[in-house]
Formats: sequence, structure tokens, C-alpha cells
Amino acid sequence: MALLICENASLGYEGTPIVRDLNFTVEAGDYLCVVGENGSGKSTLMKTILGLIPPLSGAIRTGDGLQQTEIGYLPQQTPVQRDFPASVREIVRSGCQGRMGKKPFYGKEEKELAERNIARMGLEALADRCYRELSGGQQQRVLLARALCATRRMLLLDEPVAGLDPKVTAEMYRLIEELNKKDGITVIMISHDLDAALKYADKVLHIGSTVFFGTKEDYLKSKALSGLTQEVAE
Amino acid sequence: MSALWEKLIASLEFPFVQYALIVGTLVALCSSLFGVTLVLKRFSFIGDGLSHVAFGAMAIATVLKLTNEMPLVLLLTVLCAVLLLRTGQNAKIRGDAAVAMISVGALALGYLLMNIFPTSGNLSGDVCSTLFGAFSILTLSPTEVWLSVGLSLLVVGLFVFFYHKIFAVTFDESFARATGVNAAGYNLLIAVIIAVIIVLAMNLVGSLLISALVIFPALSAMRVYKSFLSVTVCAAIVSVVCAVLGMLVAIVADTPVGSTIVAVDIVAFLIFALAGKLKR
Ligand SMILES: Nc1ncnc2c1ncn2[C@@H]1O[C@H](COP(=O)(O)OP(=O)(O)O)[C@@H](O)[C@H]1O
Ligand SMILES: [Mg+2]
Repeated sequence: MALLICENASLGYEGTPIVRDLNFTVEAGDYLCVVGENGSGKSTLMKTILGLIPPLSGAIRTGDGLQQTEIGYLPQQTPVQRDFPASVREIVRSGCQGRMGKKPFYGKEEKELAERNIARMGLEALADRCYRELSGGQQQRVLLARALCATRRMLLLDEPVAGLDPKVTAEMYRLIEELNKKDGITVIMISHDLDAALKYADKVLHIGSTVFFGTKEDYLKSKALSGLTQEVAE
Repeated sequence: MSALWEKLIASLEFPFVQYALIVGTLVALCSSLFGVTLVLKRFSFIGDGLSHVAFGAMAIATVLKLTNEMPLVLLLTVLCAVLLLRTGQNAKIRGDAAVAMISVGALALGYLLMNIFPTSGNLSGDVCSTLFGAFSILTLSPTEVWLSVGLSLLVVGLFVFFYHKIFAVTFDESFARATGVNAAGYNLLIAVIIAVIIVLAMNLVGSLLISALVIFPALSAMRVYKSFLSVTVCAAIVSVVCAVLGMLVAIVADTPVGSTIVAVDIVAFLIFALAGKLKR
């Protein structure tokens, strides 16, 4: 059964749709890449999946026992936290808040989970460092470790490599691929880096003036086709 | 020098001075705890707006000639906090515009009320002490002392109990919400607590200087410390030390309590800023 089912969903803010009649499903173990131009509604889709905003019509449902609050999420970098005094460990641990419910303090289980994910992201040496003094790539790994504390099954990544240099970008893609292939975590990644999408993902969702959902192979074919028709038209 | 010392010792024997010191210390402690949240979240403008609301509420209480002004002021300020948070989430009226409307409105109406219904011959003195807290900490009634002590302890208790939730909601509200934390509930809790702190702090420093009491210790601690826990602990210590020093100086030098405390806070901030520079 699918982990995520999107049925005839229209997405947008305050009654104004940005994406219309969207249909797709995400199966366990998938690596789905969401591509489209700036402003086409990729982040809006992500917020709707997470339940931060409601769909205007239609529905996005979770399946196979996945709770909506069990989805780990890596936000698009915001400058909000730039001045925030917080250590790496404090931030990673805060990823456990959702599963803790009303419990006020971290128990042994949460602390161990946080340490495991700090190690998984190679952050042991930085655990007591201040988040705002880290490089962009290190900050992304911290937020990824936090997301891993919130989920065992599904990760949503909004432009995880934006603003990173090529070497760190490659490292980030390698980490994400490892989480998908080795740990079996389902990945939904937003990107406007089409090359990377086609290199790592096995399914593609293209939103914008044309909507496409299918396997990577089909996407390449349809792109080649539309490229051809465009050339003919010109 | 020894004359000053004797004056200090003599003053400390008065029960009302002792009460003032106890209340002042507790108020300084709880106002500093929410400093980081207030500085880094959009709550900072709510805090500023609420202090003006508290002034308006105080004017109403004065005009009504209430013996205990605090309960009414507390009620009105908490109500406004809830109201402001609601309108802040409404995209149609921008949050800060709503705050500006309510806070300036409260300030104007408060002053107007005090003018139309003067309760003493010294109007500008009354207004001034409400704005700058002149000596009101020394004139608290026993009920107000106990109310202040109780509320301060409640605020500290709530902060400790919800510490991790407050961190999560302050650092990244969307992430907290997406993973199932009741962020709206905690935002409401924070807004109500901030309203309580503002009413408490009004006795100590007056409504215009409240933001200084809340924000300066946090800003000082953030110069030197880098984790949320160390900043919080440091801000609490700085705030208490500055408040006690400020109150003692005010007693000895006959200066207004509120502005003396804020002056000490500013000195502390400069020291921490320097220490932060040297550390690097
Ligand atoms: N909170 C919001 N309220 C109203 N409109 C918004 C909001 N956030 C984004 N938008 C609009 O929605 C459109 C899609 O934005 P977004 O989903 O962020 O695009 P993408 O992530 O694909 O670049 C943009 O035109 C943007 O202006
Ligand atoms: Mg986006």
C-alpha cells in the first residue's frame, strides 16, 4: 500500500489555487523528486503534505499506518534562525518533540536517538558547537539529523542543496541516497537542479504549466518528445 | 562611604524595602527567562505593545480608585495578548499594524482618562511614575506583594516545565507544527505569560522600560554564550544581579528604581559585548 496518496488536490493560499488537480502516489522506499520553476508551488505542495496548510480541494492522505506527524522535514533555508543561540545537540534533540507528546523532558530513549542521528550525519565533533557558527553544509546536516529524529519512514526535503558549493552538494546527495537505499527511508525531494533529480530519483513529479508524474525513464522520454515538438514548432 | 553604607543598612530594616527587594529579584528573574523568545520571535513587538496596554489599564484602575490595581491590569493585558496573537495570525491586518493600533490607542486613551478624571493634584507625577515606575515598587500593598511572588514563581515553574517545547516552537515553529507539536497552544501560553511578566515588571520599572528589563539580559548573554541553555541561565543571573544592584543604588542615591536598574543592565550589556569581542 502507498505511504502517500494525492487525489485531485488543488493547492494554494486563501482560496487562490496555485496547483490544480494534482494526482500522485508515493510507495515505501521511493525516491521522488519534485521539479518545477521558481514559484510553481513546490514549497506549497510540501506544506500541504505536512498539514501546515489545508488543500483547497481534493485530499492528500497518508497510508500504511504512516501518521502525518511521522514525516521528517528539512525546511528551505530561512534566515529566521540566523541569530538563534542554540547548540547542535539542542536542535537535533528538538526533532523528538513530536513523538514525545505532552512529556516535558527528554528521556534516555530520545537522548540516544539524537546521539545516533548526530553520529549518522558525522556531527559528533560539532555536537556542542553553536548552530549559527557552522557552514551552510554543516547546518543542513544538523537539520537533516533533526528530521531523522522525527521520522523512521519518510523524509521531505525542500531544496536541500540550495546555496551549497559543488563539493558539499555532492556530499549531501550522497547522504540522502544512503538514507534511501541503505536505511529504506522514503524520500521526497524538491529541487530545481534537474540533473541531480534525474541522477538520483526513481520517480519525478513536475509541476507548473505542464504536470507530469511518473518514473524517471518516462519523464526523460516525454521531455525528449516535448523538446522535439518545440523544435519542430520553431 | 561609610555614611552611604549606614544608610543602606538602615533602609534594609524597613519591611517595605525588604518586600521590594524580594519582588524585584523575582520579577527580574522571570522577565529575563523569556528574553530570547521575545527577541528572536515576532513576540518582540507584542511585548512592546502590551506594555502600552498595561499603561492604559493602569490608568483605568487609577481612575476607578481601586485599592489593588493589579488584578484588573492583569486581566486586561492578558486579554489583549490573546487578541494580538489572534490578529497577528490574520493575514488581512498585518500583525505589527494591529499592535501599533492597540498600543498607541491604549497610551492615548490612558493619558486622556487620567486627565479627565484626575485623582490627585499631581497629574504629571502620576503619569510619570506609571511610565517610568518611579517608586511604585516601594509602595506595593501586601496583597500585591504576595500576588507578585506567587505569579513570579508560577512563571518560573511554567518556563522550566515547558522549556523544551518553548525552545522547539521558538527555533522553528513550522517544523514543530509539522511533527505534531501543538504550536498554536504554546504560542498562546507564551503570549499569556509575557502579559503576566509585563504586569509584574510594570511595578518594578514602569511600562516604558519593561522591554529593557526583558531584552537587555538576553542580549548580553547572547554576546558570550552560544547554546539556548547557557544563554537562558546567564540571562537569568545577569538580570537578577543587575536588578539587586540597581535597587540598592537607587535606595542609597535616591534615584528612580526603574531607570537605575536599566542603567545597570546597559552597563552589563557593554561589559558582555566587550567580553564577546575579546573571546573571539
Ligand atoms: N504564505 C503565502 N501566502 C500567499 N501566497 C504565497 C505564500 N507563500 C507562497 N505564496 C505564493 O505561492 C506561489 C508558489 O510559491 P512556492 O510554493 O514557494 O514556490 P516554489 O517553492 O515552487 O518556488 C508563489 O507565487 C508565492 O508568491
Ligand atoms: Mg520553494
